[in-house]
Amino acid sequence: MTNNISVDVRSARKVYDATSGTVVALDSVSVQIRKGEFFTLLGPSGCGKTTLLRLIAGFESPTAGEILLNGTDISGKPPFERPVNTVFQSYALFPHLTVRQNISFGLEMLGRPKDEVARKTDEVLELVKMTAMADRKPQQLSGGQQQRVALARALAPEPEVLLLDEPLSALDLKLRKEMQHELKRLQLETGITFIFVTHDQEEALTMSDRVAVMRDGRILQVGNPRDIYTRPVDRFVADFIGETNFLSATIDGKKVRLATGDTVAASGVEAHSEGAAVTLAIRPEQVRVDDKGGLAATVAETVYFGTDTHLHLTLGDGSELVARLQSPPSGEIGLSPGAKVSVSFTEGAVQVLEH
Amino acid sequence: MASKRTKTFSITTIPGFTFMAIATFVILYAPIATLVIYSFNGGTSVAAWGGFSTKWYAVAWENSQVQEATLRSVFIATLSSAIATTLATMAALGTTRRGKYKGWNFIYLLINQPIMVPEIVTAVALLIFFASIKVATGYTGLGYLIAAHSAFCIPFAYLPIRARLEGMDLTLETAAGDLYARPFTTFRRITLPLLTPGIAAGAMLAFVISLDDVIITEFVKSAGQDTLPTYMLGQLRRAATPEVNAISTALLVLTVILLTAFFLLTRKRD
Repeated sequence: MTNNISVDVRSARKVYDATSGTVVALDSVSVQIRKGEFFTLLGPSGCGKTTLLRLIAGFESPTAGEILLNGTDISGKPPFERPVNTVFQSYALFPHLTVRQNISFGLEMLGRPKDEVARKTDEVLELVKMTAMADRKPQQLSGGQQQRVALARALAPEPEVLLLDEPLSALDLKLRKEMQHELKRLQLETGITFIFVTHDQEEALTMSDRVAVMRDGRILQVGNPRDIYTRPVDRFVADFIGETNFLSATIDGKKVRLATGDTVAASGVEAHSEGAAVTLAIRPEQVRVDDKGGLAATVAETVYFGTDTHLHLTLGDGSELVARLQSPPSGEIGLSPGAKVSVSFTEGAVQVLEH
Repeated sequence: MASKRTKTFSITTIPGFTFMAIATFVILYAPIATLVIYSFNGGTSVAAWGGFSTKWYAVAWENSQVQEATLRSVFIATLSSAIATTLATMAALGTTRRGKYKGWNFIYLLINQPIMVPEIVTAVALLIFFASIKVATGYTGLGYLIAAHSAFCIPFAYLPIRARLEGMDLTLETAAGDLYARPFTTFRRITLPLLTPGIAAGAMLAFVISLDDVIITEFVKSAGQDTLPTYMLGQLRRAATPEVNAISTALLVLTVILLTAFFLLTRKRD
């Protein structure tokens, strides 16, 4: 069991001294990251994701708790003794060195023989498609190219774990999409464990094997992207990852009763006792709008997004619900504000949040 | 319309601006121009023109006193600027890589003291201080001058080095550590190369400051320890010839070259 765990964070806590008392950046976080996995730490700024990354890299030491790498406690080791490399948000390429010298830096520091350094550097240059730029200085490269060099530099020493601190945030949308594919490809080709920090939920969903959603120095939920998206544990996770409708309800047998008085089927009912007040989460794309048979609703507004159209609805009790419908070829959904419609949910779409 | 409204105050619109600007430049540069012109005076006066000649350069070049004073000046300036630059680099590293502490302004003040204290005060203080050491030890060598020059050159070397350090991205050092470089290796391979233009600029400034110092040198030097500036001062007290102009012009050229190099080095790159 333990031998497929790469990084094992045990009750890691990090407290900073600030002028106005202490700040808890990380509050007893425990998480196990598997070997060869693309693991993402996702959360808003200040949630502790970068702090956790810095603890693993060794740039900071935990106030309490320990960090194990391949079963060995590395909490007390300085960064230069950890087989872990980082891709920095600002890239942090050495401006006085060429691309090739930047990439070979780590291998040289490890004291590898000259011919091995040269061979590995060439390999990695090839891997990130930067061979043609090998003799340039970082400032002569575009943002995307600098990004590739930063990646190559961190990959060249073949670390056990690669840490990526919001590496794509400085790139424009198109390049970001390209680099997402590139990163995924590199991770699969090298088989190195990637720990990726981001605040972009889409990036997290599309690239990761598993995602940890963080908030206020804690991990709220760990799971694969589908689990996180379809079965969020709480309102924060549901809201942070994609858009979600929240409805108040009470447990009524195997179903839930809405404030409108209607009962609907929901998953996760068994975790709560009869009559308990709960929150339901329903993704907008799982809301169906037809003429009959469902909940009565009134169209409040339609918003055209191109591929789909968002329908803002008001239910009988005044609660609001958004339905995301695929736009028809004409672009006209055929419903105007004030129209009476009937709303139902795709089977399994209504989730009772754990808390 | 729009341009009229967005127009901001411009000093060039003040009446007489052009005249003032020209007058300022004339006052600044006319004396230097005169000095340079009269260094080519064929006559023996620093004020009456006696035809073009470069003979005073030859006279100065062959004057053994000038030769000695020049060598002494360069020797003191080289050693002092090296010592000052080393200390200033250490001071800059110590004062930029640090946590928050309210006393830092006081420490900056201490380091930059030689710029703020009137030079004559430092000169008198050094004279008295070194006199007691001379009596106690009997040593009367160039050490006193080198020590004094090193001390007042420190702030001039410190300022450009500190500016360079403050502009440096600390993540670079973190990245080097992440790539298995030990702290001293990081310093040698990353910090020092990036700091070099600042250090070179500081050293040049220190060299120039030491080279042209008169007041402190005049007070601290022992007999027979004239530097070029104090030798020139001594010459002017007697019969001034265009030889002084020639030496001054040579010093001017050297200083301009060094300061140009200084600006090229400190100029923001990319």
